[in-house]
Amino acid sequence: MALDTRTDRRPSFAGLLWGSTVGKKTAMAVSGIVMLLYLVVHMLGNLKIFFGAADFDAYAAWLRTIGEPFLHHEWFLWIARVVLVAAVVVHAVAAYQLSRRDIAARPTNYAHPSPGHHPWPRRFAPHLLLRRRASYATRTMRWGGVILGLFIVWHILDLTTLTVNPRAEAGHPYENVVATFSTWYGNTVYIVAMLALGLHIRHGFWSAAQTLGAGRPGRDRLLRGLANGLAAALTLGFIAVPVSVMTGVVS
Amino acid sequence: MRLTLRVWRQKNADAPGAMSTYEVDGISPDMSFLEMLDTLNEELILGGDDPVAFDHDCREGICGACSLVINGDAHGPERTTTCQLHMRSFSDGDTIDIEPWRASAFPVVKDLVVDRSAFDRIIQSGGYITAPTGAAPEAHATAVPKPAADTAFEHAECIGCGACVAACPNGSAMLFTSAKVVHLNSLPQGAPERASRVLDMVGQMDAEGFGGCTNTGECATACPKGIPLFSISTMNREFVRAARKGR
Amino acid sequence: MTSTADLTTHGNYADYVTGLPVADTAAPDGPIAERWDRRRFEAKLVNPANRRKHTIIVVGTGLAGGAAGATLAEQGYHVEQFCYQDSPRRAHSIAAQGGINAAKNYRNDGDSVHRLFYDTVKGGDFRARESNVHRLAQISVEIIDQCVAQGVPFAREYGGLLDTRSFGGVQVSRTFYARGQTGQQLLLGAYQALSRQIAAGNVAMHPRTEMLDVIVVDGRARGIVARDLITGKIDTYFADAVVLATGGYGNVFYLSTNAMNSNATAVWRAHRRGAYFANPCFTQIHPTCIPRTGDHQSKLTLMSESLRNDGRIWVPKTRGDDRPPNKIPEDERDYYLERIYPSFGNLVPRDIASRAAKNVCDEGRGVGPGGQGVYLDFADALARMGRKAVEAKYGNLFDMYARITDEDPYQVPMRIYPAVHYTMGGLWVDYDLQTTIPGLFAIGEANFSDHGANRLGASALMQGLADGYFVLPSTINDYLARHPHHDEVSGEHPVVRDVVAETEDRLAKLLAVDGDRTPDSFHRELGELMWEFCGMARTETGLRKALERIPQIRAEFWRRIKVPGTGEEFNQSLEKANRIVDYLELAELMCLDALHRAESCGGHFREEYRTPDGEAARRDGEFSYAAAWEFVATGDAPVLHKEDLVFEYVHPTQRSYA
Repeated sequence: MALDTRTDRRPSFAGLLWGSTVGKKTAMAVSGIVMLLYLVVHMLGNLKIFFGAADFDAYAAWLRTIGEPFLHHEWFLWIARVVLVAAVVVHAVAAYQLSRRDIAARPTNYAHPSPGHHPWPRRFAPHLLLRRRASYATRTMRWGGVILGLFIVWHILDLTTLTVNPRAEAGHPYENVVATFSTWYGNTVYIVAMLALGLHIRHGFWSAAQTLGAGRPGRDRLLRGLANGLAAALTLGFIAVPVSVMTGVVS
Repeated sequence: MRLTLRVWRQKNADAPGAMSTYEVDGISPDMSFLEMLDTLNEELILGGDDPVAFDHDCREGICGACSLVINGDAHGPERTTTCQLHMRSFSDGDTIDIEPWRASAFPVVKDLVVDRSAFDRIIQSGGYITAPTGAAPEAHATAVPKPAADTAFEHAECIGCGACVAACPNGSAMLFTSAKVVHLNSLPQGAPERASRVLDMVGQMDAEGFGGCTNTGECATACPKGIPLFSISTMNREFVRAARKGR
Repeated sequence: MTSTADLTTHGNYADYVTGLPVADTAAPDGPIAERWDRRRFEAKLVNPANRRKHTIIVVGTGLAGGAAGATLAEQGYHVEQFCYQDSPRRAHSIAAQGGINAAKNYRNDGDSVHRLFYDTVKGGDFRARESNVHRLAQISVEIIDQCVAQGVPFAREYGGLLDTRSFGGVQVSRTFYARGQTGQQLLLGAYQALSRQIAAGNVAMHPRTEMLDVIVVDGRARGIVARDLITGKIDTYFADAVVLATGGYGNVFYLSTNAMNSNATAVWRAHRRGAYFANPCFTQIHPTCIPRTGDHQSKLTLMSESLRNDGRIWVPKTRGDDRPPNKIPEDERDYYLERIYPSFGNLVPRDIASRAAKNVCDEGRGVGPGGQGVYLDFADALARMGRKAVEAKYGNLFDMYARITDEDPYQVPMRIYPAVHYTMGGLWVDYDLQTTIPGLFAIGEANFSDHGANRLGASALMQGLADGYFVLPSTINDYLARHPHHDEVSGEHPVVRDVVAETEDRLAKLLAVDGDRTPDSFHRELGELMWEFCGMARTETGLRKALERIPQIRAEFWRRIKVPGTGEEFNQSLEKANRIVDYLELAELMCLDALHRAESCGGHFREEYRTPDGEAARRDGEFSYAAAWEFVATGDAPVLHKEDLVFEYVHPTQRSYA
């Protein structure tokens, strides 16, 4: 009939999500928030270092016993690791695929060197003028993500598997941490990564909220405030450890 | 005013293009940007050269035809369409770069003219309410709460110029698509096709080769009609809701 | 309907001959309120199963064309649709600001179909056809229902019901609106309905394709010749009927509020092939446009008429007073509309406000560059309502003004000047909207039928949508049902070959001249001539001067035009030049029509015919007819066919606004 304008063909929920840019971005947002929640807990746990080696090491040991006796020793930790790895993989694969698509969608750059705006000084009606540019955090998401990915590898080799740790004493996380932050490169890598993390979260949290549909006209200030607050708290919280080691507060 | 223009020249879709430099003199600050280009073209024609091709029609900021990237900004330095930009926004002696919209979904047709038919296909995929002529109920049969009507209007203002795509570093058409989804999905008349509309339109948007959204906000900044950025967020919500429900 | 006039060669274009009268044979008689029902009942129908075998060409995608294409496709016809823009969404209907009238009487303020009918006939200064106008008023009600169902976001009140306002000096609030963008919203509604049919495969859309001629075989319209604006390829398209929805011809004046590319080629080519052109001199000049700033001006921008509700219009009392406006004391200002028309003041109809502005400027009292402007002052309104209220009501218009003029309208009075805005004239059509070429229909601004000599505010959108959604889809059935079996026409048909060859020759000729003047320079010259002699006020001497000058410009055009590039590519100069070819002929007909109509009515004001107090004087005894002109040959006097207008329901009176 002439009025029929569509046919039925619908993939599954997962198919719809992974098969579209909007859905894939949703997967990125969800995995990002999983990692963010982990980071908040991780950062708070790190602060135990200020209560001394005994407290910190006991905390590390306790992590392995969560869920016992229902869960076997270290199982919780492994479950958490699996979830985190899954989140990282989903986040990274989606980011990679979307980025490739994005670059292909805009193959030619503008010849005009870096868009910058010199507003014409209007005597009245300033609201007719533009324009706010995307922030530094927004423009560095991709490189920031790559930096964080590399950092995670180093971080695991350093403090989980102890492969590259200068002290590498299993069961003594406090000493291992102090050892890492006693080297110039350990501090540099860590602090740079945490600054990148702050930037990544600053845009990432707000962006995830948009992607998950939480953006509303009256809520933008709140979301941006939350994003900035989370970014600042996490960055400062994490950086507090190497800075304390460097300044001798923790030794 | 005397100006140096660097303009993208490209004979047709298949030919390579390049920036060419032109000098124009005697430009009045009261001229619109397109009238300045008219002046250049008059000189080019009389000099036996091919005038610069650019899309334009209503020249009052509503048809959405004009589409120039001026000094790296879609529609230039002010929040308006190219046709409503005036030369007083520039200074004597300025060099102005003029380029077409850049996105692989908007191939260049000639010089500064691009093919935006991808936008039409996105609308064709679901950007309507099925209401055959004559089948309409009395207009007052359904009251529409004022907030919903206002939201619908705010999003319906989109002129389909494509500045959002041009400004987006990912060449994404999310703001264009979401403006129509939110316009129609906010209204009770649009409710029956609410789920299929957003799924189909997003599907078509992807199929056209537009990039994804990274929430840079460049689109809403460039939009001459002020379509709000939260429009995209609303569409994301509609999309997940629709995907969960199936059809 | 065919001419039997003596077609001897005329040396002088102004020596037109009067042929047989033309009559609207499609309109049923009987009580006016029942005529549309009767016509729909008497019209033959096409079996739904047979509809898809019929192809209909629709040219243009504005309110009329977009609505018609969508509706015909919904009915099951195959539609081939064309627009010169890159997308059907860009048609110039999109620029209409004010609103759309409908006799819903939601305000309970005494409105009715009959009142809208009455207001439209009277507003048109008794030069419109009663039966068409009544049908328009009837259908107005259905249009609102249709648009709301499509999701057009009309303004609403807090209770969720539709808001209306009073517009253009009408005493009832019957105008529905969507802020200052009603045209945009209605057009997008039609565009979306059309898009749905394109996706369904019922409409084949050809954007960036411009119609250059109509193909008439055996006396019937059977297709068009069109040029692909990207490749330059000239193609033929065939159909069982052709619908022109190509808008008005205001761009003859070069400067107008029309879009830059709006043009008269489709209607003029149809006219050359045998369609009568009616009342070409009826053009509407809108009083509140932003004045031009210099010779570089390419188009004029309209500001909504609603500004006259609160702004006061004035000029200095003395000529050549070049003090800044706020330095001119109150008693040295002339609020001329309030002075001349004390009861209507600044709210007099468009034609009267425009003419008054021209008069004070002609006296040397105009303001701004070149003295071509009058002040529209909000100082009183700002003092009375406060800046906030003014901003809420007119903020977007003030912004637009500020952007274009670089002046702050909150501090300095705005300057306005009249500009060409709408053309009431167009192809002559009968009640079925069919032209004098069987199978060729004209809808929307392209036809002449509903607005007489002056269009009321918010009525253009109403007429476009009425024609597109409701009238044409009902009446075209009758034509198709009565002529179901056409012989196949192909590109090999000798008539088709001739039309194509003629089109190709014309373009080739334009490219071959290689002269020393640009298309724009000719367009500007013609426009200035038309504005001076066939604009707001016309005189016999002026019109004769224009009629003498136009053939000279035309000759010069063909000698000196320079069109760069080739015809086999995207060539905007060629498009422009080809449109000017038609303006150069149409302009001549407009002047002749204005010359022959020795009366003043609506938008047509002849200096010689005015009442003692200077107002337009209609001469119903001699001119109560629509002038339908038949083309003979370029530069040769056309043949006039009169359609007598009979007023059974609204009796002609002299308009008075004093």
